[in-house]
Amino acid sequence: MMISLGPYASFIVTSYAAAAIVVAILIGWVVLDYRNQTQRLRELDRSGVTRRSGRSAVDTP
Amino acid sequence: MTLIDLANPTRFLALSARVLPWLAAATVILLTIGLYQSAYAPDDYQQGATVKIMFIHVPNAWLSMFVWGVMSVASLGTLVWRHPLADVAAKAAAPIGASFTFLALLTGSLWGRPMWGTYWEWDARLTSVLILFLMYLGLMALWRAVEDPSRAARAAAVLTLVGAINLPIIKFSVDWWNTLHQPASVMRMGGSTLDKAFLIPLLVMAVAFTLLFVTLHIAAMRNEILRRRVRSLQMMQASRIAFSSDVGTGSRQENASKGAA
Repeated sequence: MMISLGPYASFIVTSYAAAAIVVAILIGWVVLDYRNQTQRLRELDRSGVTRRSGRSAVDTP
Repeated sequence: MTLIDLANPTRFLALSARVLPWLAAATVILLTIGLYQSAYAPDDYQQGATVKIMFIHVPNAWLSMFVWGVMSVASLGTLVWRHPLADVAAKAAAPIGASFTFLALLTGSLWGRPMWGTYWEWDARLTSVLILFLMYLGLMALWRAVEDPSRAARAAAVLTLVGAINLPIIKFSVDWWNTLHQPASVMRMGGSTLDKAFLIPLLVMAVAFTLLFVTLHIAAMRNEILRRRVRSLQMMQASRIAFSSDVGTGSRQENASKGAA
Protein backbone atom coordinates (compact mmCIF):
# COMPACT_ATOMS: atom_id res chain seq x y z
CA MET A 1 0.00 0.00 0.00
CA MET A 2 1.42 3.41 -1.01
CA ILE A 3 1.59 6.11 1.66
CA SER A 4 0.02 9.38 0.54
CA LEU A 5 1.70 12.40 2.15
CA GLY A 6 -0.38 15.13 0.50
CA PRO A 7 0.80 18.63 -0.46
CA TYR A 8 3.26 18.93 2.44
CA ALA A 9 5.20 15.75 1.64
CA SER A 10 8.52 17.64 1.45
CA PHE A 11 8.15 18.85 5.08
CA ILE A 12 7.35 15.32 6.32
CA VAL A 13 10.14 13.63 4.34
CA THR A 14 12.68 16.29 5.39
CA SER A 15 11.75 15.77 9.08
CA TYR A 16 12.26 12.00 8.93
CA ALA A 17 15.42 12.32 6.79
CA ALA A 18 16.92 14.84 9.25
CA ALA A 19 16.17 12.53 12.18
CA ALA A 20 17.77 9.59 10.31
CA ILE A 21 20.89 11.63 9.49
CA VAL A 22 21.33 12.93 13.07
CA VAL A 23 20.84 9.44 14.56
CA ALA A 24 23.33 8.01 12.02
CA ILE A 25 25.87 10.71 12.99
CA LEU A 26 25.39 9.87 16.70
CA ILE A 27 25.90 6.14 16.06
CA GLY A 28 28.95 6.87 13.87
CA TRP A 29 30.42 9.17 16.55
CA VAL A 30 30.03 6.51 19.27
CA VAL A 31 31.50 3.71 17.12
CA LEU A 32 34.45 5.77 15.81
CA ASP A 33 35.21 7.15 19.28
CA TYR A 34 35.29 3.58 20.68
CA ARG A 35 37.69 2.48 17.91
CA ASN A 36 39.87 5.54 18.52
CA GLN A 37 40.13 4.95 22.29
CA THR A 38 40.82 1.21 22.00
CA GLN A 39 43.47 1.96 19.34
CA ARG A 40 45.20 4.44 21.68
CA LEU A 41 45.05 1.90 24.53
CA ARG A 42 46.63 -0.74 22.27
CA GLU A 43 49.45 1.67 21.36
CA LEU A 44 50.08 2.40 25.06
CA ASP A 45 50.07 -1.34 25.79
CA ARG A 46 52.66 -1.90 23.02
CA SER A 47 54.88 0.79 24.53
CA GLY A 48 54.85 -1.14 27.84
CA VAL A 49 52.58 1.14 29.89
CA THR A 50 50.37 -0.84 32.28
CA ARG A 51 47.59 0.17 34.64
CA ARG A 52 48.26 0.58 38.37
CA SER A 53 46.39 -2.70 38.93
CA GLY A 54 49.05 -4.35 36.75
CA ARG A 55 46.47 -5.22 34.09
CA SER A 56 47.07 -4.58 30.42
CA ALA A 57 45.93 -1.19 29.07
CA VAL A 58 43.72 -2.92 26.52
CA ASP A 59 42.02 -5.15 29.09
CA THR A 60 38.52 -3.79 28.38
CA PRO A 61 35.46 -6.00 28.76
CA MET B 1 24.85 -6.48 42.28
CA THR B 2 24.10 -3.11 43.89
CA LEU B 3 24.45 0.41 42.54
CA ILE B 4 27.61 0.82 44.62
CA ASP B 5 29.18 -2.14 42.81
CA LEU B 6 28.40 -0.50 39.49
CA ALA B 7 30.31 2.60 40.62
CA ASN B 8 33.47 0.73 39.73
CA PRO B 9 34.24 1.68 36.08
CA THR B 10 35.71 -1.77 35.30
CA ARG B 11 32.52 -3.49 36.53
CA PHE B 12 30.43 -0.98 34.57
CA LEU B 13 32.42 -1.79 31.41
CA ALA B 14 31.89 -5.53 31.96
CA LEU B 15 28.15 -5.23 32.63
CA SER B 16 27.48 -2.72 29.83
CA ALA B 17 29.30 -4.94 27.31
CA ARG B 18 26.75 -7.68 28.09
CA VAL B 19 23.70 -5.37 28.09
CA LEU B 20 24.46 -3.20 25.02
CA PRO B 21 23.70 -5.76 22.25
CA TRP B 22 20.28 -6.48 23.82
CA LEU B 23 19.49 -2.79 24.17
CA ALA B 24 20.52 -2.12 20.56
CA ALA B 25 18.36 -4.99 19.32
CA ALA B 26 15.33 -3.80 21.35
CA THR B 27 15.83 -0.27 19.98
CA VAL B 28 15.92 -1.46 16.35
CA ILE B 29 12.80 -3.63 16.82
CA LEU B 30 10.79 -0.87 18.53
CA LEU B 31 11.91 1.79 16.03
CA THR B 32 10.86 -0.47 13.15
CA ILE B 33 7.43 -1.05 14.72
CA GLY B 34 7.06 2.66 15.54
CA LEU B 35 8.03 3.80 12.04
CA TYR B 36 5.65 1.29 10.46
CA GLN B 37 2.78 2.45 12.70
CA SER B 38 3.65 6.11 12.02
CA ALA B 39 3.68 5.55 8.27
CA TYR B 40 0.23 3.94 8.28
CA ALA B 41 -1.38 6.21 10.91
CA PRO B 42 -4.46 7.98 9.48
CA ASP B 43 -4.36 11.63 8.42
CA ASP B 44 -5.64 14.16 10.95
CA TYR B 45 -8.89 15.86 9.92
CA GLN B 46 -7.29 19.32 10.29
CA GLN B 47 -3.56 18.77 9.77
CA GLY B 48 -3.73 16.06 7.11
CA ALA B 49 -0.55 13.98 6.69
CA THR B 50 1.65 16.55 8.49
CA VAL B 51 0.52 14.89 11.73
CA LYS B 52 3.20 12.26 10.90
CA ILE B 53 5.85 14.84 11.91
CA MET B 54 4.44 14.58 15.44
CA PHE B 55 5.75 10.99 15.76
CA ILE B 56 9.31 12.25 15.32
CA HIS B 57 8.99 15.72 16.86
CA VAL B 58 7.35 14.84 20.20
CA PRO B 59 9.78 12.02 21.23
CA ASN B 60 12.72 14.33 20.49
CA ALA B 61 11.11 17.18 22.44
CA TRP B 62 10.47 14.86 25.42
CA LEU B 63 14.03 13.55 25.28
CA SER B 64 15.53 17.04 25.08
CA MET B 65 14.18 17.64 28.60
CA PHE B 66 14.61 14.06 29.85
CA VAL B 67 18.33 14.05 28.99
CA TRP B 68 18.86 17.32 30.88
CA GLY B 69 17.01 15.69 33.80
CA VAL B 70 19.40 12.70 33.65
CA MET B 71 22.35 15.11 33.58
CA SER B 72 20.92 16.97 36.59
CA VAL B 73 20.68 13.74 38.64
CA ALA B 74 24.24 12.86 37.55
CA SER B 75 25.36 16.36 38.57
CA LEU B 76 23.94 15.78 42.04
CA GLY B 77 25.94 12.54 42.08
CA THR B 78 29.08 14.54 41.22
CA LEU B 79 28.57 17.34 43.76
CA VAL B 80 26.98 15.45 46.68
CA TRP B 81 28.16 11.85 46.51
CA ARG B 82 31.22 12.21 44.24
CA HIS B 83 30.08 9.08 42.44
CA PRO B 84 32.89 7.90 40.11
CA LEU B 85 30.56 7.45 37.16
CA ALA B 86 28.36 10.52 37.73
CA ASP B 87 30.42 13.04 35.78
CA VAL B 88 31.12 10.41 33.12
CA ALA B 89 27.33 10.01 32.72
CA ALA B 90 26.73 13.77 32.60
CA LYS B 91 29.48 14.41 30.04
CA ALA B 92 28.43 11.51 27.79
CA ALA B 93 24.76 12.61 27.77
CA ALA B 94 25.34 16.22 26.64
CA PRO B 95 26.02 15.69 22.89
CA ILE B 96 23.13 13.20 22.67
CA GLY B 97 20.76 15.63 24.42
CA ALA B 98 21.92 18.47 22.15
CA SER B 99 21.16 16.30 19.09
CA PHE B 100 17.64 15.49 20.31
CA THR B 101 17.00 19.16 21.08
CA PHE B 102 18.26 20.16 17.63
CA LEU B 103 15.89 17.61 16.06
CA ALA B 104 12.97 18.87 18.20
CA LEU B 105 13.62 22.43 17.00
CA LEU B 106 14.12 21.43 13.36
CA THR B 107 11.11 19.11 13.07
CA GLY B 108 8.97 21.59 15.03
CA SER B 109 9.96 24.28 12.57
CA LEU B 110 9.16 22.01 9.60
CA TRP B 111 5.78 21.20 11.19
CA GLY B 112 5.12 24.86 11.99
CA ARG B 113 5.56 26.16 8.42
CA PRO B 114 2.53 24.36 6.91
CA MET B 115 0.39 24.58 10.11
CA TRP B 116 1.19 28.06 11.48
CA GLY B 117 2.48 29.66 8.28
CA THR B 118 5.91 30.32 9.80
CA TYR B 119 9.08 28.36 10.53
CA TRP B 120 9.82 30.29 13.70
CA GLU B 121 8.04 32.46 16.26
CA TRP B 122 9.71 33.99 19.32
CA ASP B 123 7.07 32.58 21.68
CA ALA B 124 7.73 31.14 25.14
CA ARG B 125 7.90 27.42 24.20
CA LEU B 126 10.11 27.80 21.15
CA THR B 127 12.42 30.32 22.79
CA SER B 128 12.84 28.28 26.01
CA VAL B 129 13.73 25.15 23.96
CA LEU B 130 16.24 27.21 21.93
CA ILE B 131 17.79 28.34 25.25
CA LEU B 132 18.00 24.66 26.29
CA PHE B 133 19.84 23.87 23.04
CA LEU B 134 22.29 26.74 23.63
CA MET B 135 22.85 25.52 27.21
CA TYR B 136 23.74 22.04 25.88
CA LEU B 137 26.29 23.63 23.53
CA GLY B 138 27.67 25.77 26.38
CA LEU B 139 28.06 22.71 28.57
CA MET B 140 29.90 20.80 25.83
CA ALA B 141 32.20 23.81 25.33
CA LEU B 142 32.88 23.92 29.09
CA TRP B 143 33.86 20.23 29.14
CA ARG B 144 36.32 20.87 26.30
CA ALA B 145 37.70 24.08 27.80
CA VAL B 146 38.82 22.62 31.14
CA GLU B 147 41.57 20.00 30.75
CA ASP B 148 41.25 18.30 34.16
CA PRO B 149 38.03 16.17 34.00
CA SER B 150 37.31 16.37 37.76
CA ARG B 151 37.50 20.20 37.77
CA ALA B 152 35.40 20.39 34.61
CA ALA B 153 32.87 18.02 36.20
CA ARG B 154 32.22 20.28 39.20
CA ALA B 155 31.80 23.42 37.05
CA ALA B 156 29.57 21.54 34.59
CA ALA B 157 27.49 20.09 37.44
CA VAL B 158 26.74 23.56 38.83
CA LEU B 159 25.82 24.84 35.35
CA THR B 160 23.60 21.81 34.73
CA LEU B 161 21.70 22.25 38.02
CA VAL B 162 21.20 25.97 37.36
CA GLY B 163 20.03 25.13 33.84
CA ALA B 164 17.46 22.65 35.23
CA ILE B 165 15.35 25.70 36.16
CA ASN B 166 14.56 25.91 32.44
CA LEU B 167 12.80 22.49 32.43
CA PRO B 168 9.57 23.54 34.24
CA ILE B 169 9.62 26.78 32.21
CA ILE B 170 9.60 24.72 28.99
CA LYS B 171 6.93 22.34 30.28
CA PHE B 172 4.50 25.01 31.56
CA SER B 173 5.34 27.79 29.06
CA VAL B 174 2.23 26.86 27.05
CA ASP B 175 0.06 27.32 30.17
CA TRP B 176 1.74 30.41 31.63
CA TRP B 177 1.97 32.46 28.43
CA ASN B 178 -0.11 32.92 25.33
CA THR B 179 1.87 30.91 22.77
CA LEU B 180 1.50 29.74 19.20
CA HIS B 181 2.47 26.25 20.36
CA GLN B 182 -0.41 23.98 21.34
CA PRO B 183 -0.90 23.05 25.04
CA ALA B 184 -0.02 19.58 26.38
CA SER B 185 -2.14 16.86 24.81
CA VAL B 186 -0.58 13.64 26.15
CA MET B 187 0.78 14.27 29.67
CA ARG B 188 -2.04 16.33 31.15
CA MET B 189 -4.57 16.22 33.97
CA GLY B 190 -7.67 14.40 32.75
CA GLY B 191 -5.75 12.13 30.34
CA SER B 192 -4.62 12.36 26.75
CA THR B 193 -6.71 14.20 24.17
CA LEU B 194 -5.15 12.20 21.34
CA ASP B 195 -7.06 9.46 19.56
CA LYS B 196 -5.61 5.95 19.98
CA ALA B 197 -4.75 5.88 16.26
CA PHE B 198 -2.16 8.61 16.97
CA LEU B 199 -1.42 7.93 20.63
CA ILE B 200 -0.18 4.32 20.22
CA PRO B 201 2.39 5.04 17.44
CA LEU B 202 3.50 8.12 19.39
CA LEU B 203 4.09 6.13 22.59
CA VAL B 204 5.91 3.37 20.68
CA MET B 205 8.17 5.96 19.05
CA ALA B 206 8.73 7.67 22.42
CA VAL B 207 9.82 4.37 24.03
CA ALA B 208 11.97 3.55 20.97
CA PHE B 209 13.76 6.92 21.11
CA THR B 210 14.21 6.57 24.88
CA LEU B 211 15.82 3.15 24.33
CA LEU B 212 17.98 4.73 21.61
CA PHE B 213 19.13 7.33 24.13
CA VAL B 214 19.90 4.68 26.80
CA THR B 215 21.88 2.61 24.26
CA LEU B 216 23.87 5.58 22.94
CA HIS B 217 24.40 6.93 26.45
CA ILE B 218 25.84 3.67 27.80
CA ALA B 219 28.09 3.34 24.71
CA ALA B 220 29.26 6.97 25.09
CA MET B 221 29.91 6.40 28.83
CA ARG B 222 32.11 3.40 27.95
CA ASN B 223 34.06 5.60 25.53
CA GLU B 224 34.48 8.30 28.18
CA ILE B 225 35.82 5.76 30.71
CA LEU B 226 38.32 4.52 28.09
CA ARG B 227 39.29 8.14 27.25
CA ARG B 228 40.08 8.76 30.94
CA ARG B 229 42.06 5.52 31.09
CA VAL B 230 44.09 6.67 28.05
CA ARG B 231 44.66 10.05 29.72
CA SER B 232 45.89 8.56 33.01
CA LEU B 233 48.15 6.06 31.21
CA GLN B 234 49.62 8.83 29.06
CA MET B 235 50.31 10.85 32.23
CA MET B 236 52.00 7.79 33.80
CA GLN B 237 54.07 7.34 30.65
CA ALA B 238 55.05 11.05 30.64
CA SER B 239 56.03 10.96 34.34
CA ARG B 240 58.15 7.81 33.77
CA ILE B 241 59.98 9.50 30.89
CA ALA B 242 60.51 12.63 33.01
CA PHE B 243 61.75 10.50 35.95
CA SER B 244 64.14 8.45 33.81
CA SER B 245 65.56 11.58 32.14
CA ASP B 246 66.00 13.16 35.62
CA VAL B 247 67.84 10.03 36.83
CA GLY B 248 69.96 10.03 33.65
CA THR B 249 70.86 13.70 34.03
CA GLY B 250 71.60 13.20 37.74
CA SER B 251 73.99 10.27 37.14
CA ARG B 252 75.74 12.13 34.32
CA GLN B 253 76.26 15.13 36.59
CA GLU B 254 77.55 12.81 39.35
CA ASN B 255 80.04 11.20 36.92
CA ALA B 256 81.10 14.61 35.63
CA SER B 257 81.75 15.90 39.15
CA LYS B 258 83.75 12.70 39.99
CA GLY B 259 85.80 13.19 36.83
CA ALA B 260 86.49 16.81 37.69
CA ALA B 261 87.62 15.79 41.18
